[in-house]
Amino acid sequence: MNLNATLFAQLVVFLILAWFTMKFVWPPIMKALDERAGKIADGLAAADKAKADLAHAEKKASDELRKARESAAEFRSGAERQVAQLIEDARAEGARIVNAAREAAEAEAAAASQRAKEALREHVAALAVAGAERILRKEINAQAHAELLTQLKSEL
Amino acid sequence: MAAEHAPNASEYIVHHLTHLNSLGHKQAALVDWSVFHLDTLFWSVSLGLLAVLILARAAARATSGVPGRFQAAVEILVEMVESQSKSIVHGDRSFIAPLALTVFIWIFFMNAMDLLPLDLLPRIWGGVYAATGHDASHAYLRIVPTADLNATLGMSLGVLILCLYYSVKIKGLGGWMHELFTAPFGSHPVLYPINFAMQMIEFVAKTVSHGMRLFGNMYAGELIFMLIALMGAAWAGTASGALLWVGGVIAGSIWAIFHILIITLQAFIFMMLTLVYIGQAHESH
Repeated sequence: MNLNATLFAQLVVFLILAWFTMKFVWPPIMKALDERAGKIADGLAAADKAKADLAHAEKKASDELRKARESAAEFRSGAERQVAQLIEDARAEGARIVNAAREAAEAEAAAASQRAKEALREHVAALAVAGAERILRKEINAQAHAELLTQLKSEL
Repeated sequence: MAAEHAPNASEYIVHHLTHLNSLGHKQAALVDWSVFHLDTLFWSVSLGLLAVLILARAAARATSGVPGRFQAAVEILVEMVESQSKSIVHGDRSFIAPLALTVFIWIFFMNAMDLLPLDLLPRIWGGVYAATGHDASHAYLRIVPTADLNATLGMSLGVLILCLYYSVKIKGLGGWMHELFTAPFGSHPVLYPINFAMQMIEFVAKTVSHGMRLFGNMYAGELIFMLIALMGAAWAGTASGALLWVGGVIAGSIWAIFHILIITLQAFIFMMLTLVYIGQAHESH
């Protein structure tokens, strides 16, 4: 255990090594550590933001879905209403056509019966004239008694 | 080796405790400023360079991405030192924190030399010494620089100088002078000399105990390794000698394992005290 100049040499070496560490070792390592800490903080912030974005997007999607469902229901009820309307219209149209056909047929039938009646009248008149002709033969002149015959026809 | 040249126990220990110095023989005076311990200088400088080069390598490859194992290990150390220095020193730590890291790693490396086989490097050195035509019995070599009071006191003196530097830097020369004469007892002309004396005692005690603590621990540890080695060397043929050899193996293993704790702990304590003393220089009374 002797003291000698080794002491001062050690002192100088000590300070030089500390200086070297300060100059070349400490700053790059601290820089890397700080940068990594920054990256991790950024990553965590990005994760939080992504989480918030996801929640937002999910909310938006469910909103859209609800809206779509609502509009589809609305659409469907509108369509149903329209279909019912169409059916109603078609039914009314059918009824109207049927009625028109019936009326036309009835009119036709009435006209035909009228015509038959006219024809029958003509025949009856002719028959009456013929009968009367046969009976009266000479006394009745068809031309002279045309007015009378016509009157008789219209009374049938 | 011939029987008459085999060293006895005390010769063995004295040989192991003698430094390789610039005189070539044991320093006679207790204090001689013209002498250098070549072994202490060589090992401390080599280990210091090794330490800072390993750190510089880690620093050069440091990325902010995913670190490898080596980088992560260095980062753990750096973070540990950084958090300790942050909690102790309040102020600019751009030099103090790297200083603490250097102190820790360098002292750890120097202490770790204690774990090498006690006779390995001295025996190799003895062989080299003999091969160059010298007497191998004068081939002195001590490989644990922190078991040399010069090394530890040199470092604690460095810490003292930094304490004085930061005292002046933080408090200003006037503020520091004021503190030297008014703390710890108070500002009164009668108390000035007492305060000053207390401050001087504090500085001396801090510095001496700082260096002596590390030296004492490592010196004692080295000495115990020598005693265990002597125990193992006593195996020459007899039954009790064989038991001693077994005892030497067991004791050596236990002491070496325990020493892993000591070398780390002492390096840590030296670093913490360095931070505490420099931190005190930052705080005004």
